[in-house]
Amino acid sequence: MAIAYNEIQETIRMVQMESLDIRTVTMGISLRNCADSDFNKLKENVYQKITSYAGQLKPVAEQVEKEYGIPIVNKRIAITPIAEIIGDATVEQTIELAKVLDQAANFTGIDFIGGYSALVHKGFTKADLTLINAIPEALATTDRVCSSVSIGTTRTGINMDAVGKLGEIIKQTAELTKDRNSIGCAKFVAFCNPVEDNPFMAGAFHGTGEGEVVLSVGVSGPGVVLHALKRYPDADLGEVADVIKKTAFKITRAGELLGRVVAERLNVPFGIMDLSLAPTNAMNDSVAEILEEIGLESVGTHGTIAALALMNDAVKKGGAMASSYVGGLSGAFIPVSEDNGMIRGIEDGSLTLDKLEAMTCVCSVGLDMIALSGEASAETLAAIIADEAAIGMINKKTTAVRIIPVIGREEGEIVEFGGLLGRAPVIGVKPFSSAKMIKRGGRIPAPLQALIN
Amino acid sequence: MQKRAVVTVVGKDQVGIIAKVTHVLAIHNMNIHDISQTILQDYFTMMMLVEMADKAHLDTLLHAFEQVEQEMNLTISIQLEDVFQAMHRI
Repeated sequence: MAIAYNEIQETIRMVQMESLDIRTVTMGISLRNCADSDFNKLKENVYQKITSYAGQLKPVAEQVEKEYGIPIVNKRIAITPIAEIIGDATVEQTIELAKVLDQAANFTGIDFIGGYSALVHKGFTKADLTLINAIPEALATTDRVCSSVSIGTTRTGINMDAVGKLGEIIKQTAELTKDRNSIGCAKFVAFCNPVEDNPFMAGAFHGTGEGEVVLSVGVSGPGVVLHALKRYPDADLGEVADVIKKTAFKITRAGELLGRVVAERLNVPFGIMDLSLAPTNAMNDSVAEILEEIGLESVGTHGTIAALALMNDAVKKGGAMASSYVGGLSGAFIPVSEDNGMIRGIEDGSLTLDKLEAMTCVCSVGLDMIALSGEASAETLAAIIADEAAIGMINKKTTAVRIIPVIGREEGEIVEFGGLLGRAPVIGVKPFSSAKMIKRGGRIPAPLQALIN
Repeated sequence: MQKRAVVTVVGKDQVGIIAKVTHVLAIHNMNIHDISQTILQDYFTMMMLVEMADKAHLDTLLHAFEQVEQEMNLTISIQLEDVFQAMHRI
């Protein structure tokens, strides 16, 4: 059936006026066969494997974007969690490896490489500890390397020793990058229930259940949803859900098409389509503004969570119908610094850290890109991670924490991170200590899966 | 592989839009299957379904369109037809 005039117009409007884009094509590469007892050999293997598999990723993605007229904003690589291949390497060697990853990313021209990671939700191996200790220096001395650590799952509980440790790691990273607004912390995320096929940064890694190489796609499109809703100012909430669902369907279909074309041309299997709505600082490309369009005066006020729940579920319903392989995080992102509406909400005082935390109960993915007062202690940072992990553990969902204690900055100041990372107002933390709880350490037992209320 | 693409042209109505755009298509050896065109409140909008003989020329084609865009203050885009099929047809 021929495409109608108004359908063509709709697609063009989405791209030109409403910021429809493919946020990322992410190539997952297994590095398991790169392990070697000779560390120099290991570095060589890693560099060779990444550059040979991903060498064509950027040019192919750029060609596809030209042919289909839909921008692909980021090209990224996700790799096997590095802790799994470093063996007995030292912290210094592990930092060197981060630099090798950065060079490989540079050579291939991709935007970020994720997987400088360790999975320690039950306990640490020696290599896990080495990697975690290497994180601050690694993030401070590289530009494109992203790191993540899994500290809890619904089936294992929460490793509070790891949580305590990450509080210190985040603080150290902030200190090491304090001349750049502590930006190192923007490249680190702590996870509860991480997924193995997430194409989004900073939490992407190539999980152990994944194949040799795979290509996954994350779409964007808050702007498209927002504009669609603006056309129905008086619809009831059932109709609002329907509008979001239909819009998500179209966005997802476009994303999957482009992803599959890129995968086919690279001769790599197509992995998953991540349905997350990912905002940017572009005008009207904001998740917060969608919630406001649904009927909130300012994001964060009473009703925010209900609106977010509705939106998130509708996006998933539309997306799930549009793609056969949905995966990754697939939930609404609410990164503060990357969303003009969220920034405004905090400046106006309607949105607080507590409310953001509550919002993560009904949507993926957690506390994201939140600038905190530089005075927040390591224990306080750890306790924030623990709270968020508990939400994920009990609700059987992924939650993440990407917080930036900006050294030398106080509540109310605005910090610039630049590029896609945006800018954020600094939020204060509670003045009361959580140190004793964090000091106790140990493991929070896995929750009961029955008697759920 | 032959593929079809949709060319859209939007801009203030003036003499020679169709001539300039189709000239670019002709020198790139692209056959036009269908044209539809309207004028909405002084704004000229045209859509064309074209046969894309060879994707290798895409860069020079885009460059040629860019020149027409600047010269006549238009917005021209070209997208493979598949994307519209994917978004609007199940």
